[in-house]
Amino acid sequence: MGAEPTQHLPEREARNDEILAYARDVSFGYGHDPVLRDVSLTVRAGEFVALVGPNGSGKSTLLKVLLGALPAPSGRVELLGRAPGDVRDRWRVGYVPQRPSLLSEMPATVEEIVAAGRLRQRGWWRGLTASDHAAVGHAIESVGLGELAGRPLNELSIGQQQRAFIARAFAGDPALLVLDEPIAGVDAESQRRFRDSLVHLIRQHGAGVLLVSHELAAVADVIDRVVVLKERVVFDGSPAELAARGVSLGVHREDLPLWLEDLR
Amino acid sequence: MIGALPFPYPFESGEAQRALVACLAVGVFAPMIGAFLVQKRLSLVGDGIAHVAFAGVGAGLLVGVWPVWSALAFAVIGAIGVELLRLKRKAAGDLALALFFYVGIAMGAVFASRAGDLELETLPYLFGDPYAVTWTGVVTVGALGLTVVAAMRIAGRALFAVVTDEDWSRVAGLPVGALSVALAALTAGVIVAGMRIVGILLIAAMMVLPVASAQLVSRSFRGTLRLAIAIGAGSSLVGLAIARPLGLAPGASIVFVAAALFAAVALAKRTAPRALQQEAH
Repeated sequence: MGAEPTQHLPEREARNDEILAYARDVSFGYGHDPVLRDVSLTVRAGEFVALVGPNGSGKSTLLKVLLGALPAPSGRVELLGRAPGDVRDRWRVGYVPQRPSLLSEMPATVEEIVAAGRLRQRGWWRGLTASDHAAVGHAIESVGLGELAGRPLNELSIGQQQRAFIARAFAGDPALLVLDEPIAGVDAESQRRFRDSLVHLIRQHGAGVLLVSHELAAVADVIDRVVVLKERVVFDGSPAELAARGVSLGVHREDLPLWLEDLR
Repeated sequence: MIGALPFPYPFESGEAQRALVACLAVGVFAPMIGAFLVQKRLSLVGDGIAHVAFAGVGAGLLVGVWPVWSALAFAVIGAIGVELLRLKRKAAGDLALALFFYVGIAMGAVFASRAGDLELETLPYLFGDPYAVTWTGVVTVGALGLTVVAAMRIAGRALFAVVTDEDWSRVAGLPVGALSVALAALTAGVIVAGMRIVGILLIAAMMVLPVASAQLVSRSFRGTLRLAIAIGAGSSLVGLAIARPLGLAPGASIVFVAAALFAAVALAKRTAPRALQQEAH
């Protein structure tokens, strides 16, 4: 893990300011219970945004709204510059779900899982080309699973499995990577690999990252902005600004949600 | 049409050879679809669709249409119906399936009894009769099999993504609904093609049992698929070969071989020395 917890990424090459994900005054509720109230959020290319908040604060709902899985009844949502339902180049959005629905008895290798990440590049009905296979191999290497590429997923540890799902998102060479609690309960080695591969994606590929997590210690030194959600956005700024308000990401690795409770 | 090839007993006659070809086709094509159903945790959907196909058989007998056509229509519509219900409201999938099961079998029996002798007319469909398969039947099964192979070549990879992780596939922009409905329609096609051969009550077993055995020993999805096809074909060959000398119903005999193989593989895996299991790690 990086030694300097608050140091930012060095100058990035070719940073453009394309807005990848955009929400403005979005409200959402299940029945009469409001979950999101007038939430606004922007993720630009080359930006690492962490979305945090106590349990039940609407983080997952906001992700679903941004990705178009839930319709936003009020407010405006754009994904890659369009309404989420109208996005044609959806493969530019990489997604790591909170708890993948996989993991049955059926054996499927890391490679088979990750290869799914290339399906949308040229059309799902076409076979994978040599360059697709190269991208799959590269993605598997980048999460440190190179030696395990041919192993069935259900023989790997939780952390390794989660890395495989991250590699699946990487394989598509995404412009925007959305991760929902990807490192919950993951070992230190996997967390370090995870951080390194996100840094690689942002620096080398100019991608934007939106990460929902309770455990930000592993990535605290590379986050550009922290957005704290509690039905509404109660904070949106740099980790340094958050620290000035008494919440330091690097320190409160275990009880970050509790500390966030105090933030008004 | 075509004379019998010089095969040894019990495959010496033309009808026995047609039965062999038909059963091998079922053994190969049923697990190809079944692997995706098992991965999707819908092992029982085949049975549900088969029950709906039975309603189609009854309807065909009643109105005087070749029951295979009416069964195909019922099964395809039923399969797509179940899938749409499941896609819309996930929780209802199990109940929707049960409903199709019962209504299907009851409708089939009501129609067939109105048409005439229930037992005589429906038994060949319920338990299958590979020796009654004509060359037309063999060609039909072959054509359907080629359709399955072509569909898998085109959509197999995307289908694998959908059945392993539906939520992710939706976000990735894969046509989850269309692929799921296509899988349901193919399932219906295989069931109707196989119902005259191994029977409505047993065809779904050939979609699931070979896959269940294969996944115990394979270490990849592709490997599971290939092994399941080999096991399906092997079960068909052995089951049909022992059926005649032992005087068994051929369809039941094939399914029994597939089930026995599963039991043997599961037992061997449990009792195999740990060192052997860990060897590949």
